Amino acid sequence: MKHVIQVQNLTKRYGKLTAVDHINFEVEKGEIFGFLGPNGAGKTTTLRMLTGIIQADEGAANILGFNIQKEALKAKQNIGVVPETSNAYVDLSAWQNMMLMSELYGIPRKVAEDRAESLLDRLSLYHRRDDKVKGFSKGMKQRLILCMALVNDPILVFLDEPTSGLDVASRQLIREILQEFPEQGKTIFLTTHNMNEANRLCDRVAIINQGKIAAIDRPEKLKNTVKKLKSIEVSFDRSVNTQSLSEISHIKELKKEGDKFIAYTDNVNGLIHSLTNFAGLNGLKIVTLNTRDPSLEEVFVELTGEA
Amino acid sequence: MQINQFLDQFKRSLGVMKKDIRIYYLKGPVVIFGFLMPLFLFLAFFIGSRDLPMDFLISGLISMTVFFTATAVSPVIAPWEAQVQTLERLISAPISITTLIFGDMLASFIFGIIIPILPIALGLAVGVNILQPIILILGIFLAAACFSSFGLILSSPPSNAPSNVMMISSLVRFPLVFLSGIFIPIEKMPYWGKIIASFSPLTYFTDLTRYSINGANYYPIQVDLIVIIFFTILFFFLAAQLHKRTIYKRI
Repeated sequence: MKHVIQVQNLTKRYGKLTAVDHINFEVEKGEIFGFLGPNGAGKTTTLRMLTGIIQADEGAANILGFNIQKEALKAKQNIGVVPETSNAYVDLSAWQNMMLMSELYGIPRKVAEDRAESLLDRLSLYHRRDDKVKGFSKGMKQRLILCMALVNDPILVFLDEPTSGLDVASRQLIREILQEFPEQGKTIFLTTHNMNEANRLCDRVAIINQGKIAAIDRPEKLKNTVKKLKSIEVSFDRSVNTQSLSEISHIKELKKEGDKFIAYTDNVNGLIHSLTNFAGLNGLKIVTLNTRDPSLEEVFVELTGEA
Repeated sequence: MQINQFLDQFKRSLGVMKKDIRIYYLKGPVVIFGFLMPLFLFLAFFIGSRDLPMDFLISGLISMTVFFTATAVSPVIAPWEAQVQTLERLISAPISITTLIFGDMLASFIFGIIIPILPIALGLAVGVNILQPIILILGIFLAAACFSSFGLILSSPPSNAPSNVMMISSLVRFPLVFLSGIFIPIEKMPYWGKIIASFSPLTYFTDLTRYSINGANYYPIQVDLIVIIFFTILFFFLAAQLHKRTIYKRI
């Protein structure tokens, strides 16, 4: 099976609002697929439709070869889901939550115990396995949710903002584990606001805006599609008047970031010449001069209009 | 193949049941709503109406205890889980809505058959004899299943506020107690009262309990048993269908 997720014309409406509007995409086996978009763009709604948590109004989604609407139990058996909000049972211990999940997936007790032990250990929770979840920090809860999502050894893992609002250590640990998945033959469908995370983790990303897919490609290719966002980072040995710098030729837009300037252009070569001329005429020394490709964040802003 | 799938889903429903028992049932409200509240109603009638015999009141207390225990928590599980967002976790697992509902029903059923030990012990302590213990046990088992399913119907409106569901639940449960022959024997009810009572499953269980304790019954025992089984199947089917329609609206 080449594609573990196949989505055709998937649509969800809430009253008059079309939250997800006839979207189409495919995710290949072993990929880390990022699903990006601003708040309310339809990310979580899409993820919930793909995991059978809510039903689509139109279109179809095949998950691991099964139609999620018609053969939901077969599709769900081999997927893992990490929802956006921590939803382990806070009145149960970490271990009891793990055992509950393994019972819901029909995993034999011995196998479940071995997996739970290994997962809790890997995510640094084994020493707290008998503690009730209500005493856990947000990071610990999120790590437990990831353990719960992996107890059935899924082929495909859906994660909704898995590192949002977490401490650095938890975020790093979760990222490390996600990066190991493709080597284990697992596919990841990841929604995130964090462009840096998407850039570092994802093989491909889709950008959804107002319920529609605005772009879908490899992060580097997406960056290259927005050519006009080429920019140059420059800094001088002393303060420079922003107004006078912004008036040199080939500058489309100028931003000041600390002691540096980011100058956007459609002519990199011309701008470099203009900057060196400007430095020479004003008796300035150039301290740094770097050409920058657009970041994924800039692509995102360009495509969604989000500032 | 279908039998295997059925057994597989049944095993998974035991996981839901265990979770419910750990989280919702091993807490005070079940004993308070399931036994203490019926006990206070019993005491009110005992003190207020001294001409009602003890065996009549104890059989009513047993009926109320099964009814209130089996419907104490089941109506609030779905709205509570939706509110704390654990319902999403359950729906994302490979279990059907029927399996989920059945697990909730099993948890209610377990407590519906355990808590009535208290009023039975109270009855024995005050000298009430149980003439038909097998019929009583059978009746408690069937009634616990029936009322557990009834409680799940009460939880089907897609409200995620447990207090709203509890209010609806109380509005339905309390009138039923007074319309089901617990404090007023069916034979003493007016004709319209008998007609209304005949639509309540609690009426048939109360009749069975009374027969088990003092040998007096209004309906034939076979009718009591068949009607309770009928209501159990009807309520469970209705609960499953209603939850299938409303559960996605909770997310």
